[in-house]
Formats: sequence, C-alpha cells, structure tokens
Amino acid sequence: MAETLVKEQKVAQVPKVSEPIFGQKERKLLLDPLTDNNPITVQVLGVCSALAVTSLVAPSVVMAIAVTAVTALSSLVTSMVRNYIPKSVRMIAQLVIVAVLVTIVELVLKAYNFTIYKQLSVYIGLIITNCIVMGRLEAFAMANKPWRSFIDGIGNGLGYGAILIVVGIIRELLGKGTLVGVPIIGASNEQVSYFINTAAESGFGSFFSWYANNNLMVLPTAAMFIVAIMIWIQRSRSPKLIDIS
Amino acid sequence: MDSTGKIVIFVLILTSIAAVSLTGLREATLSRSIQNEVVFNKRAILASVGNYLEKSPSQLSDDEVLQIFDEKMEQVVLNMTGEVQEGIKAEDVDLAKERKKPEEERMLPLYVYNSDKGKFYILSVRGNGLWDEIWGTIALKDDKKTIAGASFDHKGETPGLGAEIKDNPTFAVQFEGKQIYSNAGDYTGVVVRKGKAQDKTFEVDGITGATVTSNGVTEMLVRGIAYYKPYLDKI
Repeated sequence: MAETLVKEQKVAQVPKVSEPIFGQKERKLLLDPLTDNNPITVQVLGVCSALAVTSLVAPSVVMAIAVTAVTALSSLVTSMVRNYIPKSVRMIAQLVIVAVLVTIVELVLKAYNFTIYKQLSVYIGLIITNCIVMGRLEAFAMANKPWRSFIDGIGNGLGYGAILIVVGIIRELLGKGTLVGVPIIGASNEQVSYFINTAAESGFGSFFSWYANNNLMVLPTAAMFIVAIMIWIQRSRSPKLIDIS
Repeated sequence: MDSTGKIVIFVLILTSIAAVSLTGLREATLSRSIQNEVVFNKRAILASVGNYLEKSPSQLSDDEVLQIFDEKMEQVVLNMTGEVQEGIKAEDVDLAKERKKPEEERMLPLYVYNSDKGKFYILSVRGNGLWDEIWGTIALKDDKKTIAGASFDHKGETPGLGAEIKDNPTFAVQFEGKQIYSNAGDYTGVVVRKGKAQDKTFEVDGITGATVTSNGVTEMLVRGIAYYKPYLDKI
C-alpha cells in the first residue's frame, strides 16, 4: 500500500523536470505557421484583411506588427484563464479579451503617439475581426499552456505578416512602380501624371523606364490572384499539403 | 456542462474587469488625447497654407501650431446667408455635426490667416467618399478666386486608392493656383477629372482606381466652397 503510493508520486513528478523553455516543440510552433501551417495559404484565415490593406507596403508592415502583437497577447491571456472559462460562453469571453487588448493599445497610442494612432485607426477594427486571432484562440490557446500559446500567437502573426508583406511588395511595385513610396520602376516623363506613372530617374530603375503601371495591381482583385498563386505553388511543392481524397 | 450560475458569475467578473480597466485608462489619458486631437486639427488647417509658413506644418512643434493660431489666425463663424455669428469661435464648430442639420441652419467655420505674405481665407469642406466621410481645408488667396493650397483627410478610404487624397502629397499640391471661377466669371469650383485634367486652370488629375472618392472630392469642393460665397462676395 505505502509502496504504490510512493511510486505514483514519483511518476507524477517526472514530466515536470524535462521541459525546456524553448525546445523542439516551441520551435515548431513558431516556424510551422511560416511554411506548412501558414494562416493565410494553408488555414485560409484572415484573407479579407490580406486583400484590403496590401496595396502598399507600409500599411502591410503596420498591420503585420499589429496582428502579431494582438494574436500573441490574446493567446497568452486566454490560455491563462482557459480553465475558468465556461465552455458555452468561451467565444464571447475570447472576443472580450481581444477587444479589451486592442482598445488598450488604441487608447495608449491616442495619448502618447498620435501620428501612429492616426495611421492605424483604419485597421484597428480589422484586427478585432481578424479570423486568425479567434481561430488561434479556439484551436490552440484554449487547450495549451500560456507560454506555448504565446509562441503560437507570434508564429501565426509572423506567418500572416510574411504573406502580407510579400503581396504588398508585388502590388506596390507593379501597381505604382514604387516601394514604400520610393520610385523604383516606370517611365521618366514629367508630363505624365503622377497617378498614372511614376518616374525613376536614375540607377537600376531606369532600365525599366518602359514599364507602365498596372492599375489592376492597385485593386483588391490583384491580391486575390497573388494569394491564389501562392497557395497553388505551396500546395504543389509540399507533399504534406497534397489532398489525396 | 457548467451551471448557469457559474456562467453568469464568470461573465459578470470578466465584463467588470474589462469595463473598469478600460474606463480607468480612458480617464487617465483623456486630457492628453483631446490635446492631441486639437493640435492635429489645427495642423491640418495650417497644411492648406503650408507654402506660406516658415516651416512645413509637419515640422512645427505642438506649441508652435498653437502659437500661430493665437497670433495670426482670425476665427469667424458664418451662417448660410453669410452673416457673421458673434460669441462663437471657428474651432468650436464641428462640420460633421453641422452636416446633419438642415442646410439653412448650418454654421460655417472660417479661418483668416494674416501673414506677411498676404491674407488667406481658409474654408472647411466635408463630403462623402466611397466608404465614409471625407473632408478638407481649402485656402483662397486675397482675391478670393485663386486656391493657395488644400489638404484632405478621410475616415475610411482604401489605402493606395481613395486614401491617396491624404497619403499622397502630390494630390493636394495639384490644387495650388486653380481658379474657382470660369473665364466668363461663373462659379465652377474645382473638378477632379478621371484620368488626366483637361484644362489645367480649373481641373486636377483624378486618382486611378478611386473614381468614387475623386468624384466625392469634386462634389465636396463645388458644394462646400459655394456655402462660403455669400460672405466672400460681400467682403
């Protein structure tokens, strides 16, 4: 009787000893969303904002940072209180947590960095409704420990951001001939309106002076095509993602 | 299954924490954010006379913005028939609220900038873009016919498309020197032409892919500047 009790206690203590802070599992959580488990191209979450904000590089970067921060922090908080959340109201509870975090960021920016606040204001609503945030809370944070949920949130935010920035670069370069507002390619002609063509006076860009901006690239439709092509390439290259059903 | 009692208590605790923390934070930051908003609006007004300032409006410090308003800016409030309203300052008139009133009851804010480079009349206009409201300030030169500068802003236009009215400085620059009266002397406003301007004296280039916003700017300017005409014709 006494012997079995001791044995049980020993068994219970074993797993606690061998858990590194950043081991194989955490690495996988952080890097998987960048490739095989990308929120946009594989999970197909957050596509709406990926179409809406990617016409220029700068807003894409801002959105990527904002979503990464919100996904990571809300995963952390949700995971900390996950055992107290009644199952029938869990989604409402998650929504409250996300909304509170986003509003805190908004209020602090409004008081201490008004310029960034003004730039972000259009996107703040888009962050709360971003499917990735709720999706990761439901799929991961509700069933895992805080630290891992935090890593998972960062990983998914980065995976989302990587796609956003790539789409943003393609669209701004081909649609406006600029990158972050700096003219790169396009005709060098002062008579031509800025909005139709951009001038690249010298250097690398002058080789592409024949290029006329593709106005389709500025429209959200272009993002749809670019994201679809990315999904196509990724799925045909990665054996894990090939659907055999 | 959780009991109803547990669910109710959980939701109450969660919402109380959310409400208390957000209210506390808002109260703590309110005065700062109001101040930021005031300076932001004044800076936007100065942007329309940006060419006639010592520094570009974005480089002015908050205190310098307020100082220019104290020393060189005359604030007038008009009604729709062009009569000056006493006892009220232009900065207290919120065009967003005025737009909801019937047209004849509206108040108009007018700023008169007295610089050593001349006198400028700064008009505020507001209209609709594609998704939400757009607004702007237009500075007229002393002749009350030539545009000295313009600045635009919006609530929720698409980045890269309609949002270019604010984000792309080359859009607002186009308005400098445009005439709001035709050669025959009729009031025309300024037209944002889809594609390229036909007549550079009265028209500016539209934004590719943002026709609705461009047309919204035209409508806003033609209607908004006309509101000030009764007063401008009198003085």
